Amino acid sequence: MAKRQVGLCLLCHSGPFPEERFQGDLAPDLTGVGARLSEGQIRQRMVDSTKLNPQTIMPAYYRTEGLTRVAPAFRGKTVLTPEQIEDVVAYLVTLK
Amino acid sequence: MSLRFLSAALACLVCTSARAGEIPPDQRRSGYELMSRETRAIQDDDTTNPGMLWVLDGEALWNRKAGTADRACAACHGDARTSMKGVAARYPAFDAALGRPVNLEQRINFCRTGRQKAPPLAFESRELLALTAYVARQSRDLPINIAIDARNKPFLDAGSEAFHRRQGQLNLACSQCHDDNWGKRLAGSLIPQAHPTGYPLYRLEWQGLGSLERRLRNCLIGIRAEPHAYGAPEFVDLELYLMWRANGMKVETPAVRP
Ligand code: HEC
Ligand code: HEC
Repeated sequence: MAKRQVGLCLLCHSGPFPEERFQGDLAPDLTGVGARLSEGQIRQRMVDSTKLNPQTIMPAYYRTEGLTRVAPAFRGKTVLTPEQIEDVVAYLVTLK
Repeated sequence: MSLRFLSAALACLVCTSARAGEIPPDQRRSGYELMSRETRAIQDDDTTNPGMLWVLDGEALWNRKAGTADRACAACHGDARTSMKGVAARYPAFDAALGRPVNLEQRINFCRTGRQKAPPLAFESRELLALTAYVARQSRDLPINIAIDARNKPFLDAGSEAFHRRQGQLNLACSQCHDDNWGKRLAGSLIPQAHPTGYPLYRLEWQGLGSLERRLRNCLIGIRAEPHAYGAPEFVDLELYLMWRANGMKVETPAVRP
């Protein structure tokens, strides 16, 4: 379920999730993100937001190149799988 | 060493301190100031501060004979309340024999192996934390005082480089959280400025005392980077940078953190 993966996002983001007690405030609130951005734009931000803003703190969820000192358990792996990313994107577009 | 080399090294100190994104001295805050009133009260009162249990253990170890030399720390150093005053405030310090800075735990272990002829204590063992906490307690309320000279400057620079380098699968630098986003919330946790003012300290989450390196491992594991081994040169360089960055701030050992 996409909501579970969104848990990781809530380290930094907040959103319309009253059941989640601990939400971060390092990043924009995800409320209404489906109205602000197209599906493609949301996907692009999840896959690798450094392509849009090289200084961003938002991790790239689908990237394995150009990283430094990755822990062995995660080496060569992306943070989320393509299916997980599609689940989250499909969910975020509904946040209008 | 030529004077010119020394003054070039000193001039360069200014470049280190002029880095973008760094917290201006008058805006520096210890993690203590970002804690709830309840947690601050636990730290403030020695009778409720759980870290004091380790300090008391450390005092007993300080006076206990150990090793084949059958000598206590006190046999060489006397009363820690005078001889150890201010010591923790200037560690990591340069060790001439090793040619690099060592942290307080390593220094204590050099005395164990070299003077007491006893086996070194394991990092994060109850005994090493207790002795370290006891020694550092003697610097409580004194300002952190890391002096940089040509010998330890390269290690300071390496620590600074590590602090500002993105790393791990989440590709974050220490500075992105602790310089650029301190005071904000990462899920439920307030991000502190990462001043190492209170170590070893009692973390409510750990239910125990832990070293600065344990804290650094937690942050590295959090960004899915490979943590260094305890005592690794990379860790000591980072500790040196963090302590230098906190120069003038008061030692709080044993501090309490959420
Ligand atoms: C470590 C912090 C962090 C994490 C974790 C994080 N983000 Fe972000 N995100 C940001 C920041 C900061 C921005 C603001 C734009 C920028 O800096 O590039 C952002 C922007 C966005 C945007 C654009 C929002 C807008 O209104 O324009 C979307 C969509 C987004 N993030 C989705 C996610 C999703 C989905 C996840 C988890 C799978 C996630 N983020 C995890 C920090 C983070
Ligand atoms: C994604 C954000 C993030 C990154 C990146 C990060 N940290 Fe932290 N750090 C935290 C948070 C949050 C805490 C406080 C934890 C708590 O109190 O629950 C913390 C605590 C600390 C503390 C303890 C401060 C105190 O008052 O005792 C130190 C020191 C520290 N970090 C150093 C570092 C270093 C060095 C790095 C890089 C190797 C780093 N951190 C990377 C989020 C981060």
